Amino acid sequence: MNWYWIDTWIVVIGALTAIACALPGSFLVLRQMSMMGDAISHAVLPGLAIAFLVTGARASLPMFVGAAFVGVLTAVFTQWISTWGKVDRGASMGIVFTTLFAIGLLLIVQAADHVDLDPGCVLYGAIEVAAWDVAWTFSIGDLLIEVPRSAVVLGIVSLLNLVFVVAFFKELRISSFDPDLATTQGINAQLMHYLLMTQVAVTTVAAFEAVGSIIVIAMLVTPAATAHLLTDRLGLMIFLASLIGAASAFFGHLMALYIPPMIGFESTTTTGMMAVATGIFFVLAWLFAPRYGWITRLVLGKKLIKEKPVGAKPLKES
Amino acid sequence: MSDFHNKMAPASDRPAVEEDHSPDAPLSIHDLTVAYHRKPVLWDIDLDIPEGKLVGIVGPNGAGKSTLIKACLNLIPTASGKVQVYGKPYGKQRSLVGYVPQRESVDWDFPVSAVDVVAMGLYRKLGWFRPVRKKHKEVAREALERVGIGHLADRQISQLSGGQQQRVFLARALAQDATLYFMDEPFAAVDAATERAIVTLLQDLKGKGKTTLVVHHDLATVAQYFDWVILLNMRVVAAGPTEEVFTQENLRKAYGGKLSLLAEAGHALTQADRG
Ligand SMILES: Nc1ncnc2c1ncn2[C@@H]1O[C@H](COP(=O)(O)OP(=O)(O)OP(=O)(O)O)[C@@H](O)[C@H]1O
Ligand SMILES: [Mg+2]
Repeated sequence: MNWYWIDTWIVVIGALTAIACALPGSFLVLRQMSMMGDAISHAVLPGLAIAFLVTGARASLPMFVGAAFVGVLTAVFTQWISTWGKVDRGASMGIVFTTLFAIGLLLIVQAADHVDLDPGCVLYGAIEVAAWDVAWTFSIGDLLIEVPRSAVVLGIVSLLNLVFVVAFFKELRISSFDPDLATTQGINAQLMHYLLMTQVAVTTVAAFEAVGSIIVIAMLVTPAATAHLLTDRLGLMIFLASLIGAASAFFGHLMALYIPPMIGFESTTTTGMMAVATGIFFVLAWLFAPRYGWITRLVLGKKLIKEKPVGAKPLKES
Repeated sequence: MSDFHNKMAPASDRPAVEEDHSPDAPLSIHDLTVAYHRKPVLWDIDLDIPEGKLVGIVGPNGAGKSTLIKACLNLIPTASGKVQVYGKPYGKQRSLVGYVPQRESVDWDFPVSAVDVVAMGLYRKLGWFRPVRKKHKEVAREALERVGIGHLADRQISQLSGGQQQRVFLARALAQDATLYFMDEPFAAVDAATERAIVTLLQDLKGKGKTTLVVHHDLATVAQYFDWVILLNMRVVAAGPTEEVFTQENLRKAYGGKLSLLAEAGHALTQADRG
């Protein structure tokens, strides 16, 4: 089996998706709102469909804006229903996104007669196709480099997400940890919530075309949850989540190339394997993480008891 | 901030505020009504808290004690009424007000260390886009030192005991250097040593002329700890200096038919009389 340029680009697109997702995903996981990524990535469907019906073109800016808008609406509706309807957050999220998803599917099936928008493609994406869709080419010496459009789009989104997380690091941290305290500190926790949801919506829409929504859900949640097991520091957690996501993209593609032939299949979807790879990393961390790993704790259990206890000293009386 | 702070902080030329409706009281609440899902839980609250007092908020479970604090801090919408801090709406006085929430209100598995949590009390001073720097961490460490857990500053917060976690929250309020503090059950599930430590801290704050409102459940220690008391049960049953307000009759009104609690209250009163 050979490694071609196209394989490199598939991994790059996957890795950029992972990074774009890990940045907001870390906060979703810490807010115990992992399902929100799932909800938004399904709910953007009607936005995509409507923008598509209106403009008649795929992959246009209106499509992007429409979908991101509906994604944010999901967050808004969820909030409304849980505030006014005496329903908990999870249930109201379920109501909103299944409804929007159903409307989206309906619209797409309606539109399918006239245009080429395939629901399967929305779910599973087509990273192999995306990698061929070249946006610009340049050359370094004799080497001709053809950059796929998806890599450009996801690169920009990753960069925007990075800027957002760095610029609002302390605001995101305080409003995720203690929204009430954030409010007393004059940081509008509600606003931070919607900004984060907007970021998730934009990321989902940017990624779905290349890689499909299944991998987006995996990349939003699993690497962040894995990183949470590995460290007690927020900055490091976000960095590790990006790294683990990118590594999953690489190993996922390797697995997609090598495993199916071994068991007699032609090939499998790369994005599916990337999702599997994130799961493998999670299980490894769950077993062997330095402090929280299941096996680590079994092995170190006896040692910890010997550690000298550190109690609290009384307050200083001043 | 310090200019502003000085202007608002206790000034000697201001008349002593006791029972009168002083517009400059640290906290004055007028006709406050709060409802959840249209069901009112606080009715017509009217309060003026005098300066420099240690105030206990006492009432049965579900009386609306936490709700009162949250309404004062604009954390929940109010149906009517207004809350003023030193004569101005709370929204303009945020830096003067510190808040110690109930310990269960946050996820202790969050990846932050004790010193990071304490530094959160400085975020308002820092403002948007400005990162936490070394000098801010120093302030946070000092606050942790003051509550006796300076040596645990770099621990992740889930690796602290309940009492230590409570101290982290107190340190955060201290770091903020407010003049009016709201504390929601700081004594919940702490051992005797931590309770004594917190009382010392409260007294220390009082000594510095700060006003502190504390939700408290143990009726036996109310008279001992607080010089002012608010008895709450949807309405203000009574509010004023402890010796005037913390009476058998008022407690019966606040706690209604809850006999076991009343017995406890009676016990508390006899203790207070002896002490
Ligand atoms: N988010 C909410 N939604 C609906 N009702 C609420 C909410 N929070 C509190 N309540 C109701 O408001 C009333 C007052 O609650 P609150 O938490 O202020 O009581 P409390 O005096 O702090 O009680 P406790 O001593 O148990 O802490 C209760 O009847 C409670 O059921
Ligand atoms: Mg309460």
